[in-house]
Amino acid sequence: MPAITHHIPDAMIAAYAAGSLPHAFAMVVASHLSYCRDCQAALGAHQSAGGALLEAAHSEELSPGMKASVMAILDKPPTPEPVYDAKGIYPGPVMQALKGGAPRWRTLGMGVKQNILYEGDGGSARLLYIPAGQAVPDHTHNGLELTLVLQGSFSDETGRFGVGDVEIGDEDLEHTPVADAGDPCICLAATDAPLRFSALMPRLLQPLFRI
Amino acid sequence: MVTVNLDKPPGRKALHGVSPGATAAVSNGKAFSQLTIWLLAIRDQRDRAAFGALFDHLAPRLKGFVMRSGASSALAEEIVQDVMLTIWRKASQFDPHKAQASAWIYQIARNRHIDIVRKEHRPVPDELSADPGLEPDASQILGLEQEAEQLKLAIQQLQPDQKEMIEKAYIGQLTHQEISSQTGLPLGTVKSRIRLGLGRLRKELKGLR
Repeated sequence: MPAITHHIPDAMIAAYAAGSLPHAFAMVVASHLSYCRDCQAALGAHQSAGGALLEAAHSEELSPGMKASVMAILDKPPTPEPVYDAKGIYPGPVMQALKGGAPRWRTLGMGVKQNILYEGDGGSARLLYIPAGQAVPDHTHNGLELTLVLQGSFSDETGRFGVGDVEIGDEDLEHTPVADAGDPCICLAATDAPLRFSALMPRLLQPLFRI
Repeated sequence: MVTVNLDKPPGRKALHGVSPGATAAVSNGKAFSQLTIWLLAIRDQRDRAAFGALFDHLAPRLKGFVMRSGASSALAEEIVQDVMLTIWRKASQFDPHKAQASAWIYQIARNRHIDIVRKEHRPVPDELSADPGLEPDASQILGLEQEAEQLKLAIQQLQPDQKEMIEKAYIGQLTHQEISSQTGLPLGTVKSRIRLGLGRLRKELKGLR
């Protein structure tokens, strides 16, 4: 297991347990948890708190016949649901978004590539592929951005991020992540708003590339 | 003396002689919680009577819990039915060394609620390999259960407004920003196992009173 130094903030783990995170962020949190025993322990503690609240909940009367109808269908085979296991560098939650297939990369120039995994009201998630030594274009953030490293590593003004590490970006973070020497850096990035690039050209290209 | 199968699921040894209402004892004389006993009987023996008893105990509470999030009675019952079926079908995944019964059920309830309401599959983490430092044994389960029991007491002793806020956070009515800024919920520094995390949560909850 990789040595992880950048974790998910605890309040976000609580929100993940409760299911109040937007889907794109939940994808990053579940992926980080797939590497990180510490954060799984924190999740376990929040689940325990949730369980205690559930046990303390007021009972509501059930419709008559509900129990009988559940008992009657216990052995009815459930609709099979695909299960996506971790594969290669991609944890299960990413494989689920890829529906079990390989990424389909679209080039963004300078060797940088992306594969959009999810777009919805609550934000978007994508895979980013950054060759060693290459910078992700300088950008500032409109909202919150989570970036989880799946392969290689990157460094920016705030530190070095290796496999399993997650960087939390917000309005205040203006940074230039550069992929470190070695394997190309592959990240899972989720935002709750479109990224703005600081340089003019990329900003014009933004609608085109949906970054 | 009742013996309890402490193997990881799916258990190979059967759970002997446990029926709803029975108490499973372990060597030091302390007992597993009733929820755990039911779930183990369902997991290892596909025990319908145990499931029926679990239903009677749990389903009305689950309905109340789901309705606290603003769901109608009809939607709540749809979710409760789905959760109860999921418990039956996924019982093989229940491992009392890893999670207390109520914590395991809580996560199923939240996942099913979200899947049903948003019609999308919630991403769930991969299982991590067993922690080499943790040898599964009964005391580990009892430790988790004792902590959960104390946590339940701590929550019962909260002021109504504090309890309401924490409840809101755990039924998905607060965003993560609201959770961090309003509830000041604990565990920010949890870097250890669930048991330690729980201990800290309990302490923090005490501090909230």
